[in-house]
Amino acid sequence: MNINMTLIGQSITFAIFVWFCMKFVWPPIVSALEARKKLIADGLAAADRGRHELELAAKRASETMHEAKVKASDIIAQAEKRAMQIVEEAKGAAKEEGDRLIASAKAEIEQESHRAREALRGDVAALVVAGAGKVLRREVNAQAHADLLEAIKNEL
Amino acid sequence: MSAEAHTSTEYIKHHLQNLTYGQHADGTWGLAHTAQEAKDMGFMAINLDTMGFSILLGALFLFFFHLVAKSVATGVPTGLQNFVEWIVEFVDSSVKGSFTARNPMVAPLALTIFIWIFLMNLMDLFPIDWLPGIATMLGLPFMKVVASTDPNATFGMSLTVFALVIYYSIKMKGLGGFVGELTLQPFGKWGMPANLLLEGVNLIAKPVSLALRLFGNMYAGEMIFILIAIMFSGGAVLAVTGGVLQWAWAVFHILIITLQAFIFMTLTIVYLDMAHQEHH
Repeated sequence: MNINMTLIGQSITFAIFVWFCMKFVWPPIVSALEARKKLIADGLAAADRGRHELELAAKRASETMHEAKVKASDIIAQAEKRAMQIVEEAKGAAKEEGDRLIASAKAEIEQESHRAREALRGDVAALVVAGAGKVLRREVNAQAHADLLEAIKNEL
Repeated sequence: MSAEAHTSTEYIKHHLQNLTYGQHADGTWGLAHTAQEAKDMGFMAINLDTMGFSILLGALFLFFFHLVAKSVATGVPTGLQNFVEWIVEFVDSSVKGSFTARNPMVAPLALTIFIWIFLMNLMDLFPIDWLPGIATMLGLPFMKVVASTDPNATFGMSLTVFALVIYYSIKMKGLGGFVGELTLQPFGKWGMPANLLLEGVNLIAKPVSLALRLFGNMYAGEMIFILIAIMFSGGAVLAVTGGVLQWAWAVFHILIITLQAFIFMTLTIVYLDMAHQEHH
């Protein structure tokens, strides 16, 4: 219980301990604690950001889906319209084709009847000439009356 | 220590005497073998047990904390690092709570004080005769295990803190500011002698109260352990009672040693904070 040199020895020891603690113990531990605090804060912030981004993405996704639906129904409507158009066009073309066929058939019939009539006319002329020749026999010269016969043939 | 070899008084005195090395009255250097011899050595003597235990414990503390500081990782802490970080954060929050200025020395100082005092106090929980018993076997006349029951240790710390208080007072306020603080309040410049008396007592009371509070608490606690230990030689009933009492007192003492370490640390922080404050 006597005060002696121990007092000074203890003071020096204490000072050395404090110096050592200040130099080699405190700073690394505290800086590690600070670093971890920052790490955790960053992690939490990142998680927050991630959640926010997820929300945004979900919203974007639903928007895109909606857009796609609208577009799809547009496309369907357009396709229906186009299909109807195509049907109409086909109908028109078919009608036209039919008309054309009818017209050409009519023309052919006309032509055919014309040809038949020509042939008939020739036959009648020949028949008339033959008849007349038979009637007239000698008096009628086929060559001399060719002009006349021709005129008759044209009249038929 | 048996009752036959020592009376109770001798037993108590033996436990309260430091192992002192110094110059004997006849001029030779050596260990003091009686309390009187230790007293006669005067100031030029050293308490080997106080120095030894305090340095050992302080080195132990710094060794483990330095071990952690070297390998400290920012990832998930484990084991010792966890424990060390817990203490460091506790001290750090204490310092941040009561120290408003910026000084990188205060927090390490507080940590050193807290752990060192705690460890020195903790030696009190060792059964009181173990280490002195071993010392006796080794031929050492005395062995006081708890360094903080030696006023040299507590005053050594409190005076170092006091020196820091004065140093920072002068550094932050200037010599004039510090002297002014001592002489110009609370009564203004015409009450200078009264001011000086009041503020001087106020100033001196800081290291004295710091040291004596710790010393007194630990000394009294140690004394109670000694008194309980005397019961062991008083028959079976007393011995069993003593055992129960010792256990109860040890449990209670855990609170005291932690509290004393904490108080010393907190007051040191507060005193240094006051030293950094520009006054009123």
